[in-house]
Amino acid sequence: MGRAELPLHAPGTRTDRGYIGQSLPRPNTQRLLQGRGTYVDDLRFARLAHVVFYRSPYAHARVRRLDFAKARKAPGVVAVVDGRALAEYCTPWVAVLGHLKGIKSPPQHPIAIDRACWQGEAVAAVVAETRAQAEDAAALIEAEWEELPAVTDMEASLAGAQVIHPELGDNVCFSRALDTGGVDEAFAGAAVVVEESYHFGRHTGVCLEGRAILADYNPAEHTLTVHHATQAPHMMQDIFSRHLGIPEANVRVIAKDVGGSFGIKVHVYPDEMATAALSVMLRRPVKFFADRLESFATDIHAREHRVKVRLACSKEGDILAFDLDDLTAIGPYSVYPRTSGIEGNQVVNLTGGPYRHQKYRARMNVVFTNKNVTCQYRAVGHPIAVALTEAIVDKAAAKLGIDPAQFRRRNLIPDDAYPYTFPSGIRFERLSHHQALDRLLSLMDYAALREEQKALRAKKVYRGIGLAAMIEVTNPSPAFYGVGGARISAQDGATLRFEPTGMVTVLCGVTEQGQGTDAIFGQIAASAVGVGIDKVRVITGDTGVTPYGGGTWASRGAGIGGEAVLLAGRALRASILEVAAKILNAAREELDIQSDSVVNLLTREPRLPLVELGRVAYFRPDTLPADFQSELTVTRHYTPRQYGFTFTNGIQASLVEVDPDTGFVRLLRHWCVEDCGTVINPMLVDEQIRGGVVQGIGAALYEECLYGPDGQLLNGNMADYLVPMSAEMPDIVCAHIETPTHQSQLGAKGAGEAGTAGAPGAVMNAINDALAPLGARVTAMPFTPERLLRALGRL
Amino acid sequence: MDKSLDIELTVNGSRLRRRVAARTHLVDFLREELGLTGSHAGCEHGVCGACTLRVDGEIVRGCLMLAVQANGRRVDTIEGLSDSGEIARLQQAFHRHNALQCGFCTPGMVIAAQELVRQGRKASREEIRAHLSGNYCRCTGYQAIVDAVEEVVNGQG
Repeated sequence: MGRAELPLHAPGTRTDRGYIGQSLPRPNTQRLLQGRGTYVDDLRFARLAHVVFYRSPYAHARVRRLDFAKARKAPGVVAVVDGRALAEYCTPWVAVLGHLKGIKSPPQHPIAIDRACWQGEAVAAVVAETRAQAEDAAALIEAEWEELPAVTDMEASLAGAQVIHPELGDNVCFSRALDTGGVDEAFAGAAVVVEESYHFGRHTGVCLEGRAILADYNPAEHTLTVHHATQAPHMMQDIFSRHLGIPEANVRVIAKDVGGSFGIKVHVYPDEMATAALSVMLRRPVKFFADRLESFATDIHAREHRVKVRLACSKEGDILAFDLDDLTAIGPYSVYPRTSGIEGNQVVNLTGGPYRHQKYRARMNVVFTNKNVTCQYRAVGHPIAVALTEAIVDKAAAKLGIDPAQFRRRNLIPDDAYPYTFPSGIRFERLSHHQALDRLLSLMDYAALREEQKALRAKKVYRGIGLAAMIEVTNPSPAFYGVGGARISAQDGATLRFEPTGMVTVLCGVTEQGQGTDAIFGQIAASAVGVGIDKVRVITGDTGVTPYGGGTWASRGAGIGGEAVLLAGRALRASILEVAAKILNAAREELDIQSDSVVNLLTREPRLPLVELGRVAYFRPDTLPADFQSELTVTRHYTPRQYGFTFTNGIQASLVEVDPDTGFVRLLRHWCVEDCGTVINPMLVDEQIRGGVVQGIGAALYEECLYGPDGQLLNGNMADYLVPMSAEMPDIVCAHIETPTHQSQLGAKGAGEAGTAGAPGAVMNAINDALAPLGARVTAMPFTPERLLRALGRL
Repeated sequence: MDKSLDIELTVNGSRLRRRVAARTHLVDFLREELGLTGSHAGCEHGVCGACTLRVDGEIVRGCLMLAVQANGRRVDTIEGLSDSGEIARLQQAFHRHNALQCGFCTPGMVIAAQELVRQGRKASREEIRAHLSGNYCRCTGYQAIVDAVEEVVNGQG
C-alpha cells in the first residue's frame, strides 16, 4: 500500500492530512460578498414569462366556478390555466414509500382540480410578460367556492368524524408500532415512573431566498433545462422527466447559488411542477419565485407533534424503559417523493437514543389535516425525539434527586460498548457520549455554573442550565429512501479532471447552499492529489456535467460526497504518477506528488512540475511510449452500506435567565460538543453547528405557524412570525470529539443538523431548571412569554 | 396602476434617466431595470433587510422605497460599494470568518455593518448585535458576523 492509499485516520500512521483539518475560508464567498452570485431570480432570459398562482383562500373548499375571462384580457397576459388544463402536461404523484408499511396519500396534481385542501393551495396559474402583470391579472380571476368542513385539530383528525379524502377511508396517513416486549413488566417493577406530554409547534424553514425555478423548454430538441433552487438536482431531473414525459437525458437541472435550503428545497412542490409544465405548454422559459407570503403558506412546514412519554427507572437511577405515543399532523397530502411519514418515523427510531435501556414501546400516528403540508426540515424528527427524551430524563433525575449531568453519566451508552444495537433496531458503529459529556462539563465549567445559579437564586435571579444529549442520523444508505422505491440516490460520485495547466477540476453530485461543500471538496481533492488548494476548482449543482448523486440532505455531503472526492483524488494521483513514470523513465513506485510537483517518494526531491506533466500529456503525447495513453480524468463513487446510517453523537448545554415578571427568556450562553468523525474544516463545522443551534433556538422560543380553527394561517409574514435575530442570540461555544467512521477512508460523518437537533431540548431543560424553584414547568414549544406567565400562574 | 414617471438619479456614481411605473419599488427597479441583482428581495415588507441599500448616504430598505422617490438622489448598491473599495475590509473579514453561508442576506448585512464602521467608534458585541438586529440571517446564527464586524469596527481588521 503506497503512501497515498493509506487511510487518513489509519491507527498508528502519520499520514499527511494535507488541507484536511484546516480552517480555510470558502473561495465561493467572494462573489456572494460582492452581490455577484447567481441565484435563480438573477438570471436573465429572452422571452422569459412569469407565473403567479391564484391560491385558495379557504382551508377546504370545492371550486364551483373559475372565471378567467377578465384575467385573460389583462395587459401582458400569456395564459391563465386551471388544474385540468395543466394535467394534460404533468401527471399526478402519490407520495408513499414501500418500507413505510401502510402509508397512504391521494394523488396530487400540480394545480388542484375541483377542490382545495389547504389555504394557499394553487387552483389556477397566470403567466404574463412581467410578474407585476401576472399579479394584476390574478386579481381579476373570479372564483365561486363552496366551503367544506376543515379538519385542523390532529386529535379530531385521528378520531375521524370528518374524513378529508373519503376514498382513503380515514385520516390516518401512516401508523407505526414498535414493542421490544417487557415494557409493562419494566414499568411494574420500576421504583420511579415519570410521565409527561409535550407539544411541538408547527414551524418552517424561512429560507431568505424564496423557492425559485426557471424552466426553459426547447420544443425543437424536446429538452427541458431547469434552473432551480434545489438541494437534489438529479432527483428533480428524474421527476421532471417522469411527470412531464420528457426522456431523462433531455432534462438538465442546474442549481447555482441557492439562498438557504435546510430541507425546504428538497421536495416536489406543485407550483414548481406547474412552472415546468407551463414552460412545455407555452414553449418558452417560465419563472416562478415565491414571495414571502406564499413561502409561509406553501413551503413545507414541520414538527407539529403531540407526544406522551413515560420513563421507568430503578431506585439507583438506571433507566429501564421508554413508552412513547406520538401524534403528528401533516396537512392534506404526504409530500413527494420522500413522504411525510419520515419525521414521525424518526421520532420512534430515535427516542431514548443516547441511553442504554433495552425495553421500548412506541405508537405513532401521522394524520391528515387541512393545513399546509409538512415534511422533512433540518434535523427531521431529531429535535422532537431529543427534547422529549431529555425533558423526561431530567424529570426522572429530579424525582430521584440526582444531578442531571450525573444521571446522564450513569445512563449514557458506554464508549466501549460498540457496535451497539438500540432497542428500536438501529445500529451504532461507534459513539463517544461519555467523552462528549466530560468535554462539555469542563468546557462550560458546570460545577461553577451550578454554584453561581444557587447564589443568584438567593437574590431572586432565576437562571437555568439545560443539557441535551443526542444522536444524529447522517450519511444515509439506501435504507432511507431507495429501499422504499424512491428514485433518490444514496450513492454519490465525483469526477476529477487534471487540466493541462496543472489545475484540478472537481465535479460532484452533492450540492452547495452555503454549507461549504465546494470548499471542503477542494480541500479533500487538493490533499488527495497533492496540489495546492489554489489549483482546485469545484463544480456542483448541474446534472449536465456532474456524476449522478443524491445532492444535499440528511447530513450526507461531507461523508458521502467527500469520500467520493477522496477516492477519485487518490485515483487521479495514481494516474498522474503513471504519466510521470513514463516521462521520467522511472518506476511509478518511487514517485509521489507534493506541492504541485512530482517528487521522489523517499527524498521528496522535486522531479517534474505538474504543469510540465500536463503540457506533455495533453500537447506532446507523441513523446510518450506508443502503447501508453494517459487517463487524467477519473470518476469514483461511494455508497455507505455497512450501517443503515452513520450515527453521530453530541451534547449541548444552554444557560438561560428567566424573568418571572415578564416571562422573557434571556439566552446567556450555549455550548455544543459534537462528534462528526473526521473534521475536514473546523471553522465550517463550527459554523454549521452554530447556525443549526440558532434554528433550534428559534423552534424553542419564537417560531410557530399559527392557524385558526378554520385553517387560516394567522401569522404568515415576517412581522408576525418571529425568527431569531442577532440581538437575542447568545455566543455559542463549540468543541469536537473525533471518532472517524471506519466505513470510509475519509472517516467523516455529517454535521449539518446536529445544532438544530439538540438545541430545543437544551433550551427547554434550561427554562424548566430556571422555573423549578418557582414551581412552574413548560412543555409546549415555542416557549413564549405568555406560556411562561401562564405556567407561573401570573396570567 | 399604469402611471409612469421620468426619474433621474445617480446609481453607483453613474447618472441615469429612466421612465418607471410609479408603483415600482427601488429594489425591483435596480434588479429589473438596471440588472443590479446584488440587492435581494427577501420579504418585500421591510423586515428581513436583504434589500438594504444606501440612498444619499443613509441606509434604507429598498423594498420600502419607491423608485420614483429616488429621483434626484444618489443610490449606492453592493456592486458599487464593492468596486469603490469602501467595504473591502468588511468583505475580507466576512470571508475570513465565514460570516456568510448562502450569501442571500450578505449584501444587505455588509451595507448595514458599514454604517457602523462609518460611525468611526469602537463598539461592543452587544452594540454590534443591536445594530444588525434588523438584518435576518438564517444560516450563520450571527456569531461569525459579529466576529467579522467587531474585527473591522474595533480596528483589528
